[in-house]
Amino acid sequence: MGRLFGKHPVWAVTILLVAAVLIWLIFAVWPEWLVNVIGRKKTFVNTLINGLTLAGLYFLVASGFTLIFGLMRNVNLAHGAMYLLGAYIGYEVAEASGNWFLGLVVAFLAVALFGVLMQVLIFRRMEGDDLRQTMVTIAISIIAADLMLAVWTGTTYQFTPPEWLFGAVTLPIVSVIKSSGDAVFIKYPVYRLAVFFLAVAVGIALWVFLNRTRIGMMIRAGVNDRDMLSASGVNIQLVFMLVFGIGAGLAGLAGVVGGTALSVAPGEDLRYLLASLVVVIVGGLGSISGAAVGALIIGLAEQFGLAYFPTYGVVFTFLIMVLVLAVRPQGIMGGRG
Amino acid sequence: MMDPTRIWTRVHPLQWLLIVLLLAYPALSSDFFTFQIGAYSLILGTIALSLMMLGGLGGMVSLAQLTVAGLAAYLVAIFGENSVGVLGLGWPWWVTCLVAVFVAAVFSAFVGAISVRTEGIYTIMITLAIAVAFFFLVRQNYVLFNGWTGFAGLEPPTLFGIYWRDPAPFYYLSLAVAALFYGAVVYCSRSPFGLALQAIRDNPRRMHALGFNVAAHRVTAYFLAGIIAGTAGVLLAWFNGRISPGSVGVDVAIDILVIAVIGGMRHPVGPFAGAVVFVLLQNFAIDLIDRERFNTVIGLVFFLVVLFSPDGLLGIWSELRSRFQQSRQSRFHSRRSSNESETFDSVGASQSSH
Repeated sequence: MGRLFGKHPVWAVTILLVAAVLIWLIFAVWPEWLVNVIGRKKTFVNTLINGLTLAGLYFLVASGFTLIFGLMRNVNLAHGAMYLLGAYIGYEVAEASGNWFLGLVVAFLAVALFGVLMQVLIFRRMEGDDLRQTMVTIAISIIAADLMLAVWTGTTYQFTPPEWLFGAVTLPIVSVIKSSGDAVFIKYPVYRLAVFFLAVAVGIALWVFLNRTRIGMMIRAGVNDRDMLSASGVNIQLVFMLVFGIGAGLAGLAGVVGGTALSVAPGEDLRYLLASLVVVIVGGLGSISGAAVGALIIGLAEQFGLAYFPTYGVVFTFLIMVLVLAVRPQGIMGGRG
Repeated sequence: MMDPTRIWTRVHPLQWLLIVLLLAYPALSSDFFTFQIGAYSLILGTIALSLMMLGGLGGMVSLAQLTVAGLAAYLVAIFGENSVGVLGLGWPWWVTCLVAVFVAAVFSAFVGAISVRTEGIYTIMITLAIAVAFFFLVRQNYVLFNGWTGFAGLEPPTLFGIYWRDPAPFYYLSLAVAALFYGAVVYCSRSPFGLALQAIRDNPRRMHALGFNVAAHRVTAYFLAGIIAGTAGVLLAWFNGRISPGSVGVDVAIDILVIAVIGGMRHPVGPFAGAVVFVLLQNFAIDLIDRERFNTVIGLVFFLVVLFSPDGLLGIWSELRSRFQQSRQSRFHSRRSSNESETFDSVGASQSSH
């Protein structure tokens, strides 16, 4: 922190000011004029937390996408299809066994297996040919979307999460003081908060895995120089399979988590593919921290756009992407150009 | 450049046959085949041609070319006349068309300007994101794009006493547009600009070092491709008589890529070959299997082409031709190395124009 002040005093002060204003906006009871300008506090705080939970979900999806790209230079456009596949498999398992967590685990494992098979059977044949790999993932997503439509039809499915994740929790945030003097607190669904904390946990786990374990070290080395890593005696194909498995599994996991928060239906694959694309373009392709920053920006922008400018919400997301590309083509956290 | 009288001898007899067939096609087929198969293939082929120009000559695979065409179609509805009662400013048809194509081309150049700052694989991601964003925008926005329903009642003008939406006139209109742009792309690929573009595709850093403005060439290519796609978009609006978010969806944008890849992006004839295969599959594959599973079929075809013949039908064609020539030659030369067919590919790729 001290170094930040020394190097970029203006930035540091700005960040502090924004943080202070934000904290005040969240915890203070809003005066009349502020309500007149930007509407009720409840809307603002709810939108903010909605944005955070959506960001958590986007991070879960995009982290797998960016992990796979970082090591293998493979833009996996079938990532949305993997999300949807995970959601359907998780739904079937959860319904059959009555255990939501079993659905979560099976979805992760099944989609991870699917990803490993794709890597072994298809991508290994065309290593180093980015464009062909990308086109193959497009072909797979077309076929997968159509077959999933055939199996699960166009019906919308709704998960039933465990009891203790149901319902709402009262947050220690006052929305308004009633004329009687009682404070009204803001309530929020427990499950959505859980999504956010799960995303944070997955983010930390990924960071520890990549930075504090031996395999993580190999992966980072592979990101920097694949040939050198395999020359030093590491079986790089195994590392590829592992990373593809984790990345795909994360998409499947996100399918169950996101499917529970919203619902599962055809077309969701596209939504989350777009989300992953924009998140990693904004955050920087191949970087986990970039995915986190990108997910935060896009999640918040989408929810605020939806709440305050309903018909132009998409344009908002798009403008952010254009702006980032114009100023910093490699993304906010992207190192390589 | 070339002696104009020589053009008669330069064209291969098979090509003459193809030209005659294309011109006589409406007389030989039913209205359904003229309009739904013939004209539709030509329109899709023209949109895919704009992708071939970017992807084949410039090495930039854009998924936003259908979005450019869709924007032109929407502009036709907005500036011209429609039967929905939203907007429809009623401008004269030629002003509407010119403005629609021009704005679409500018939009295409804008897409190019966004994506040329990054390299290679980013292009496909950024243009895909733009295509998805445009789809969601037109679906949610009612003020300009009339949301979910879109516009209906789009008509071509009645000129010289001909109603241009009748099958045969519309077929010839599409054929004329397709032929014009086909010739333009062939010409462009041999012009200094086109050669520079292909050199940039192969080695942008060297071209930059030689003093070429890489970004300007790429954005210009996007602008020109935007004119092609925009014109095809106007035809598409007249063909369907309507434009709605469903026509600019991502599945359709990907279909355009599928068409270009199935046909082959090395030569402008590829997109049209791909479009014919695609439209025929779309109309008749459903007789072979379940009506609902068309996407699986086209996805599998796309998958197999990408996996086994990266140059699409053109690649298969040149492969067959080289095998045929080889077997003829081998009668004279007792032994030839079997590597011949592989080297042909790389040579044929750079000078595939006849």
